Order: sequence, then C-alpha cells, then structure tokens
Amino acid sequence: MELGIPNLVAFAETMEALAAEDKDIIAVTSDSRGSGKLKPFGERFPQQIVEVGIAEQNLVGMAAGLASTGKKVFAVSPSCFLTARSLEQIKNDVCYSDNPVNLVGISAGVSYGALGSTHHSIHDLAVLRAINNINIMVPADNFETQKAITTAAQLNEPTFIRFGKRPMYHLHSSATKFELGKGIKLKDGSDLAFVATGETVYHAYKAAEALEKDGTHCTVLSMHSIKPFDEALLLETANKCQAMITVEEHSIYGGLGELCASTLMQHGKALPLKIVGIPDEYTVTGPQVDIFNHYGISPEGLYQTAKSLLLSELST
Amino acid sequence: MTPTELEQKSIEYRKKILKYIKQAEAGHTGGSLSCIDILNVLYNEVMNVGPDNFDSPDRDRYVQSKGHSVEALYVVLADQGFFPETDLETLCQYKSHYVGHPTRKVNGIEQNTGALGHGLAISAGMALAAKMDKKSYRVFTLLGDGELAEGSNWEAAMMIAHYKLDNLTAIVDRNMLQITDRTHNVLNTEPLEEKFKAFGWQVKEVNGHDFAGLTKVLKQGAFETGKPNLVIANTIKGKGISFMEDVLKWHHGVPDDEHYKQAQQELLDQELLFKAK
Repeated sequence: MELGIPNLVAFAETMEALAAEDKDIIAVTSDSRGSGKLKPFGERFPQQIVEVGIAEQNLVGMAAGLASTGKKVFAVSPSCFLTARSLEQIKNDVCYSDNPVNLVGISAGVSYGALGSTHHSIHDLAVLRAINNINIMVPADNFETQKAITTAAQLNEPTFIRFGKRPMYHLHSSATKFELGKGIKLKDGSDLAFVATGETVYHAYKAAEALEKDGTHCTVLSMHSIKPFDEALLLETANKCQAMITVEEHSIYGGLGELCASTLMQHGKALPLKIVGIPDEYTVTGPQVDIFNHYGISPEGLYQTAKSLLLSELST
Repeated sequence: MTPTELEQKSIEYRKKILKYIKQAEAGHTGGSLSCIDILNVLYNEVMNVGPDNFDSPDRDRYVQSKGHSVEALYVVLADQGFFPETDLETLCQYKSHYVGHPTRKVNGIEQNTGALGHGLAISAGMALAAKMDKKSYRVFTLLGDGELAEGSNWEAAMMIAHYKLDNLTAIVDRNMLQITDRTHNVLNTEPLEEKFKAFGWQVKEVNGHDFAGLTKVLKQGAFETGKPNLVIANTIKGKGISFMEDVLKWHHGVPDDEHYKQAQQELLDQELLFKAK
C-alpha cells in the first residue's frame, strides 16, 4: 500500500482544479487559509476566496448568503469550531434555509490531538446527523477526498465533509466507483466485518490483513457516506458475517457505530457488535496516532478486539 | 406612493396584522406594529422586488433578521401579490407554511429566520455576491434593537465594513423594548450610532413612522461610497393602538375580544379621520 498525501492537501488541489473550471467556486475561510492548505488557491484565484477573520458564525451565515445567489461555496474551518461555534448557522442558515453550502471540517476528529479537547471534533457527526437536509461525507484516503469534494460541487446541496491532516495510504484505485450514499467494500470475507469511516479505514484494513494470516476472513467497508447511509451494504454484510466491529474517529455516541447498531436492530438483525471510537471520558491528548493507539483504533488494537469478539462469539 | 398614501396603507396593514394574530391566537403583535411602516416603505417605494421578478438574480433582497415580527411581513407580501391573503387564515395552524417565523416555503420570503443574530451575516453574503458579479441590486435587513446583543451581528458588522459593502442597508427597528423589559435594562445595546460608526458604517437616524423620512433615507442608496448603511429607525412598539403603544406585554400578547374590538375601532377611526382630511 502506497502512502499518499494528506487529505487536506488532496482537498486543496481538488479545489484548485474545480475553481479553474468554474468561477462560481468560492472558498470562504476564517483565518484558516493556511490550515486549510488554501494559500496556493488564494494566490491563483484571489477573486474566489473570501476571508472573514476568526468569526465562524459569520463564516457560515455569510456563506449561506453567498450560496443563495448561486455561488458554489466551500466554507473551510477546523471541524471543532465549524460544527460547534457555528452550529446554529449550519442548522438554520444552511440546512433549514436550504442554501447549498459545502462545509469543510479540516483537521477533524483528533487530528489536533495534542492541542486538547478544545480542538477535537468528536461530536461533529452526531450533531449534524440530527439536522435535516445535510449530506455527511468522511473520506478515508486521497481518492475518496477528491471524489467527495467533486461530488459536493456537483450536487449543490448542504454538505459536510471532514478529514484530517496526516498523509494517508491509498486504499483505492482510480477506477473505484464513488457515490454519495454508497459504501465501498475494500475486502470480502465472511468471518468478521470491519465497518469503518474516514482515516480509521486504513487501520481496519491492516487489522483485517493480520487476521487473514490467522485464517479469519474479514469484510472491510469504507463508509465514507454517513448521511445518506448505505443500509443495504451494511445489512448484506451483517447477513454474511459472524460479528461486526465499527471503527470511527468520533465519540462512540451518535456516530457510525450507533448508526450501524440502530440500522441493524431496526431490520431485526442481531450479531455480536463492538463500537470502537472515542469513549465518553476526558479524552487523552497527544499525537493523533497515540490517541488512536490508546483507544484501540489501530491495526493491533482492532486485531485484539476482533479476537476477543470472536472468542466471546464462540463461547456463547 | 405619496407619504399620505403610504400612511393610509399602513392603517390597512395594521388591521390585517391584528386580524390574523387574533385568528391564530398567536403572534408577535408589538414588534409587527413597530416595523410595519418600514416594511410598507421598503416594498411599496424602495425595493425592486415583487412576484414578477422574485426569481431574478437582479432583484433587491430583504432578509428579516427579527423574524418574530413575521406577521407584518406576511401582510405586506400578500398585498404585493406574492400569495392570496386568504392563505393567512392558516397562520400557525397544523402543516401551514405560514408559521411564526419566516420560511422560504412562503413565496416572497428570501431566507428562513427566527433565531436572532443571523440576518446580517446572510445579507453580507448576498451583498458580497453582488459586488463579485458587478450587480446593482441592494440588500436590506431588519434588526431588532434587543437582537443586537447577539455577538454574531458584530462579527458580520466588521466583515461588511471590511468588504465595503455599501449596497447593504441594515435597519434597526429601535422600539426600546424586548420580551423581558426595556432594552436598556436587559442589556444596553446603545449607543448604536457610535458603535456602528466605530465599526466603519455610515449611520442615519429616522423616525420609523415618518413615511417621507423613511422613503428619503431608504431610497438614497449608499450614504457614503464604500461604507455600509445603518438606518436607526426610532419606533414605538405596538404603534397605532393606544393601549399597546410602548407596553411590554404586547410583545407577543394576543388581544382578547374586547381589546381586539377596541383596536380595530381605533384603526377604523384613524381611517375615517384620514378620509375626512
């Protein structure tokens, strides 16, 4: 597996490609041009970037006004601020008023791990899932990021996309089909399913490879589309596999794991399930990778979780 | 319309505001009566917007940030022909689009508002888009004086001045009352003129019930090239109904039968007096 670039950079490059073709593509930043890797974009397209200063409420409200006139707006800000400070603007000015703003949550999850919980966004999927009229995409690698951004630009609907800032391994070939509302199966096996989203997909994939060597065959799904959600793929996978582990860089409350549990239960499907994410506690701090390791969001951690889940499955 | 015709129109609007609030047994009576003269002037004299050009990208835009005074907006939009006035019979009823705050489900409404402190930022985006596209449309937004305690207004105010959005006019319906008490007792938002000037705006103060004055100041366009415009409209909450004027309880008070009868009688008297002139 080849190491790519940060999804953040893939995002910025995609934005440049889009802006070159369409003068209505506008990036709006809240002193986040550097953090969003949009300095080259700003230099190349000075007429297509708007700076509002450190003012996230105005970032989103103003973006909604721009979008109402037909501009294809990408409001770019750290996900921790974008989805908390300006949540009411997202709810009312973007979603309720149906202004097609693309909200780009950069350095999401625990990307800013060492900066403390002020800078973590492990609530964003939960709060936005509860708001009507917004698509939610969490790309796993450069390919998914590029597709998520181009899809959002084409859709012209309220959309939230979040990703981190570390270089990501390539999980897909350029021929992979990407569609909002459809998950992508990376690996097929009937013993255990890893259902993951965003930057955790790689870790699930590596855990699945390790389990494969022990004779445990895993399905790995990249659920880049949290809303709308690919229920059919989840159910098909649950019907085939003995157990399921969900993995996310998010609170275990209200994110992918609870979405899967709720979907399965409401379709009468029960199977051993473990939700791996950030538990409800004072979150540890440090580099993202250390936080991942601490909470078992790592190939080793997920391998162990799989072993104990399958063991408990055998013992019942 | 002449100021006299506008004044007569406002009496008609006030009758309707009270009628539909009474029918719905809900509404923001005081604020609707304080801002109705401003809306009257905007829609009948100033803005280039109507049912025929509402989908035009060149139309003027109005965002009612103080969304709770929606009854005033409904009555004016119906009069403009955006929808039949009979639609307002459903105000606040189950599944009616005519809810207690503006929504785009109603023809003629630009943006869904209701949570305070949102209209100015949305208007900023619209005005900035006009500058980007070299369009000449104007953007108007109506704010409450109590609403100015919301910090988001000041984020937007800074940005609007920074981008020199002189095509944007914010109007403050300064009726000096909010749901709890007099605005200066709840949280003093004054001095508004000095604050906005310090933020880089050009400010004009006007009697919010003086039709000639409102028309002049709102028609003017940019007060100074490169600066956004603030109109402080001094108004009386509950204006036009003697027992409602400047009385706190009518913020969202619905008149009982006796009060309703008296209010409509007062408006009828105003109309008769008007015709006798």
